[in-house]
Amino acid sequence: MIRFLLNGLLRDRSRSLFPLLTVFFGVLLTVFLQAWINGAITSVVDSTARYRTGHVLVMTRAYAKEADQMPIDLALLGVDTLMTGLRHDDPDLLWTPRISFGGLLDIPDEHHETRAQAPVRGMAVDLLSPDSPERTILDVRDAVVRGRAPVRHGEILVGEDLAERLQIQPGDTATLISSTMYGSMSITNFVVVGTLRFGIVAMDKGTLVADVADIQQALDMADGAGEIIGFFRDGVYHEERANAVAAGFNQRFAAVPSSPTAAFAPVMGTLRTQSGLSDYLDYIDAFSVVIVGVFLVAMFVVLWNAGLTGSLRRYGELGVRLAVGEDKTHVYLTLLAESLLIGVIGSAAGTLAGLTVAYYLQIHGFNIGTIMKDSTMLIPNIVRARVTPLTFVIGFLPGVLATLSGTALSGIGIYKRQTSQLFKELES
Amino acid sequence: MQDLPLVVTHALDKTYALGQTTLKALDGIDLAISRGEFVGLVGPSGSGKTTLLNIIGALDVPTSGSAEILGRSVETLTHREAARLRNEHLGFIFQTFNLLPVYTVFENVEFPLLLQGIETGRRKQMVEEALAWVGLADRADSRPSQLSGGQSQRVAIARAIVKKPDVVLADEPTANLDAANSHHIMKTMLQLNRDLHTTFVFATHDEKVIGYLHRTITLVDGRIARDEHAGDSSHS
Ligand SMILES: Nc1ncnc2c1ncn2[C@@H]1O[C@H](COP(=O)(O)OP(=O)(O)O)[C@@H](O)[C@H]1O
Ligand SMILES: [Mg+2]
Repeated sequence: MIRFLLNGLLRDRSRSLFPLLTVFFGVLLTVFLQAWINGAITSVVDSTARYRTGHVLVMTRAYAKEADQMPIDLALLGVDTLMTGLRHDDPDLLWTPRISFGGLLDIPDEHHETRAQAPVRGMAVDLLSPDSPERTILDVRDAVVRGRAPVRHGEILVGEDLAERLQIQPGDTATLISSTMYGSMSITNFVVVGTLRFGIVAMDKGTLVADVADIQQALDMADGAGEIIGFFRDGVYHEERANAVAAGFNQRFAAVPSSPTAAFAPVMGTLRTQSGLSDYLDYIDAFSVVIVGVFLVAMFVVLWNAGLTGSLRRYGELGVRLAVGEDKTHVYLTLLAESLLIGVIGSAAGTLAGLTVAYYLQIHGFNIGTIMKDSTMLIPNIVRARVTPLTFVIGFLPGVLATLSGTALSGIGIYKRQTSQLFKELES
Repeated sequence: MQDLPLVVTHALDKTYALGQTTLKALDGIDLAISRGEFVGLVGPSGSGKTTLLNIIGALDVPTSGSAEILGRSVETLTHREAARLRNEHLGFIFQTFNLLPVYTVFENVEFPLLLQGIETGRRKQMVEEALAWVGLADRADSRPSQLSGGQSQRVAIARAIVKKPDVVLADEPTANLDAANSHHIMKTMLQLNRDLHTTFVFATHDEKVIGYLHRTITLVDGRIARDEHAGDSSHS
């Protein structure tokens, strides 16, 4: 009997191949879509953490209010002490100071006259300490296009696009014109030892990367920093732990509101609160639920429909089987078994194919740099899919369920109808 | 036992609800069919032949009155019992052959035996025997699409007869066949009736079929108008 049914399934392509293909592609797309959206979200979160906010970050209250404008006059002071405390209290995070600053980069010619000049956005990170956490968080060596990474004080990197525009070669001298923490003018000479590209449109516009100690000196902010970022050692943003760390810190440093120094008391924020990503993440979350949901519903309807037309088309066969003396229940169960087989095989194959595509894009990525030309969001130009445990089941289960329930619903017709009625349909 | 009727109906009515009104498809049918008969329900289209045949085949139930097949009342059977009755005792032949297109001739004929759980070797033997009866032993591996109408209907006869049922019910078996094939399959069935003592009940309005019948029950508007045995017209 089983062989008889399998033969029927294998020989009748509209019973096997077409439903199988429907399940296969439905599941493939669902799996891929989930991995893709997930990858995109993860990338945005990851680059925001690495380039901008860390997983948590400490600033002064005043700085936090205007962080976008890089107000170094409101920077943290006593950074060494703070860092020692943070390392002690929360050792499962990497802690490192950063300074974001603005300025003008001036490129002199051989007569020390200005040859070219451009506004820059600077980022000072710990490039030089041998055990700098930035080796894990923001490894500039990976981003170097020409030249090399700084190895001693007075060396900087500039963005490749900026370097091209200003015709800077590695080895050239550049002057940074900015203002100190206390508002006076600061002019410092650096050697450009290399150019870099992060591969994020928003980061690669007019970038300058310098060592944090050099910038402290240049901007007259000894033991100061715009922010101290904390980064989980596994590189993953753990929302609840981040909240707990921030809450603990903020309790310890709770400032007396009326005190005149309250504005300069340190405060810790998390990636979600500080990045401006909060709404975006909520939005993406909702969006991805909707997309995947719509997809699942569509797949469900298609498969249900396929099951329905499949059974209707087979009323002739089913009628004969009933007439020959097969019991209704048995007929119904064989239909379910067939669709279960199709559902499982199709969904398994679809999941496998979806995972293959997703894994491929997890490793190789997909360049969306040209689409994102004017983006200010930290979306890497190369978007990678990301496979999570959910990826394995998000297509498989609905694929099987949709096929099965499609058949189950359409097969109820066999049950409800009088046997003789199936025959009338058979005869006509 | 031999003389005990295979099929007995008593005051059998069948009505269909048609929107607000009802349609009486069968009206007070009293009927007995004995083992070994070669009998036909005849009458114009819409006279209730198929409806009656379906009730005899336990595919449908009467609205009132009773129908007994092999001593079992169809109106009290569960669908499982009805299926079992069909499987073990009844064979069906349809106007449109209704072979399963994806299966070979052999597999089509084999199907009822699969349901009975008969073991492979014996099954093969029975199928080959049935195909020999209808003269299609050499077409066992063909697909239904490769057969002519006459050949298809002979496969259907083989499928109905392979399990040696007590009764074969044939609804307009010649309606899709030309004259030569109609005569051919009627002769085949008559032969089986003689050799295997299988009872045949036809529903037909085809004169060619009526010519072969040993007994003709004429239905008009759901009632039995005449019940005649071949060579006598005394019944009415
Ligand atoms: N399922 C049904 N619902 C309503 N009316 C039906 C149904 N089946 C048959 N009928 C009606 O019952 C009458 C007898 O039908 P049928 O037994 O098929 O006649 P025959 O086989 O003699 O042509 C016809 O008028 C037909 O329209
Ligand atoms: Mg009819």
